[in-house]
Amino acid sequence: MRIRHALLAVVATAALAACGGQQSTSAAPANDAPTGTASGAPTAAATAPAGEAAPGTTGPLTIADPWIKTTKSGMTAAFGTIANPSAAPITIVSATSTGAPTVELHETVGEGTQMTMRPKEGGFTIPAGGKLELKPGGDHIMLMDVTTPVKPGSEVGFTLKFKDGGTMEFKAVGKDFAGANEKYQPGHE
Amino acid sequence: MSDGERPSGISRRRLLAGGAAAAGGLVATGTLTAGLPTDAQAAGSGPSDQTVAERTGAGQGVTGQAAAEPSSATGPATAPPGQCVYGDGAAVEPFHGVRQAGVATAPQAHAAFVGLDLREDVGREALGRLMRLLTDDARRLTQGRGALADTEPELAALPARLTVTFGFGPGLFRAAKVKGGPEQLPRFPVDRLEDRWSGGDLLLQICCDDPVTLAHALRMIVKDTASFTKVRWVQRGFRQAVQRPGLTQRNLMGQLDGTVNPKPGTPEFERAVWIADGPLAGGTMLVLRRIRMLMDSWDAADRVAKEFTVGRRLDNGAPLSGRAEHDEADFAKLNAIGFPVISEYAHIRRAHTQDPGLRMFRRVYNYDDGDTGLLFASYQADVARQFTPVQRRLAKADLLNEWTTPIGSAVFYIPPGCEESGWVGQSLLT
Repeated sequence: MRIRHALLAVVATAALAACGGQQSTSAAPANDAPTGTASGAPTAAATAPAGEAAPGTTGPLTIADPWIKTTKSGMTAAFGTIANPSAAPITIVSATSTGAPTVELHETVGEGTQMTMRPKEGGFTIPAGGKLELKPGGDHIMLMDVTTPVKPGSEVGFTLKFKDGGTMEFKAVGKDFAGANEKYQPGHE
Repeated sequence: MSDGERPSGISRRRLLAGGAAAAGGLVATGTLTAGLPTDAQAAGSGPSDQTVAERTGAGQGVTGQAAAEPSSATGPATAPPGQCVYGDGAAVEPFHGVRQAGVATAPQAHAAFVGLDLREDVGREALGRLMRLLTDDARRLTQGRGALADTEPELAALPARLTVTFGFGPGLFRAAKVKGGPEQLPRFPVDRLEDRWSGGDLLLQICCDDPVTLAHALRMIVKDTASFTKVRWVQRGFRQAVQRPGLTQRNLMGQLDGTVNPKPGTPEFERAVWIADGPLAGGTMLVLRRIRMLMDSWDAADRVAKEFTVGRRLDNGAPLSGRAEHDEADFAKLNAIGFPVISEYAHIRRAHTQDPGLRMFRRVYNYDDGDTGLLFASYQADVARQFTPVQRRLAKADLLNEWTTPIGSAVFYIPPGCEESGWVGQSLLT
């Protein structure tokens, strides 16, 4: 919980500093789920170091247990735990996916059973040495206008873009999941 | 099944009710207990009130339940008072390896066998996705971690030797267009099989010393099968949760069940259980039979009849020709008036396979859910060579048939295990 508190503080700072909102809407062709990996284990790879607050340091993010809720079409979300072993905070400002033309970085707000998800201003910032858990009912990567079904056990590719321009790729495995049904509130225009 | 289909002229009813001479003195053991002496009786005492210590001469004053178990060389074990047999639930069975766990693994106290039918559109590609998901679930849950997207990961925290074992039925091989799958068993005259306990394309065998951990694993895994399969049957079983090391467990008829099993880790076990070559090498074949026990009529039989039926003593499991559970049965031994000590139709004679490497390996569980019986799970490299001949002999004539009825039957190929980067069934489905 200490990390979580620290994270909230960082996010609040970032949001204040970047009032215009940095959530990105990137177009990417919807492809078939990637195949060709021998393993059933979801894979992750950071393709570029990112040390936005301290140029010169490197600290690629890692993601553990990435998964995506299966869907035939429309909206769905991807989850996992992103860790930042580097000595500086890293902010993810946008994401693209092979699974949908539109991807947003979301937070979930509200109380009790009245939870609403919406684009997170400033993106996701992972503090130095900290973690960000993307989970149902919390922060997540939102896929819109899915046209190619996300099947159970298939893999969907993602690219995360950092504030400093670095990127990270990973694949999330499709899982049938009953939850993650928060109401969607479109971005604050 | 009509009587006319019975392969021999021997009627089980007749065996038990009459034809005493032909059956080797059966009547004498049925109700006339003072009749032909068994070896135990010849040794000078009654069949049911004698302690192990008296029989073995160990001189231990054990009585009651303790006496029913053979003592080790150092005498009967005494568990420290208040000590939980299964400890704190932290014990873990390895998941990765050349073989799947759950076969050679020392049997856990609880088991659930789940038979699944593939949905119509499921072919090899979908099966690959399914087995990746299920393998991932199993590798996490068995190690005490929640499954991916686990909604109650706390329920996975005490693995209690959880194992998850997957099996492929004939229908899965057909759906994947892979040749060489298991063949259905022939029909046996004693069978009264019900569809609701038989068949299935995919098997989940989940075993655990803790029933709550097991239930959670079952739920998480079945959730991941729902897009691909429908549940055909679930069969839950249990074994003695408390048991002295090295002793054979008892089934609900009171018999020590599994005495002549090949021992894991021995060359005989390797030869009996694991398929040595061909595309299925490294796996084994599971025959799962649901055998109802007719307990009301079993209750009506006296101990001598029960022991005569099986050919072993109830108290310590010794063959009627011997003194201790693991004494080799002497099928040639005759009693004082020239009849075999172990009846021609005793279960252990009919079931006997001389070569330990050709025996089946039994890992059975009891069930008692309004009906009572045995989930007879046997693992063998070659069903046609190791299981079917024995079952044919038993179906033809086995005194135990009077009190047991097979009501379910299924056969599955158990693929080899996998390494961390792989998944169960990978070599067949890619």
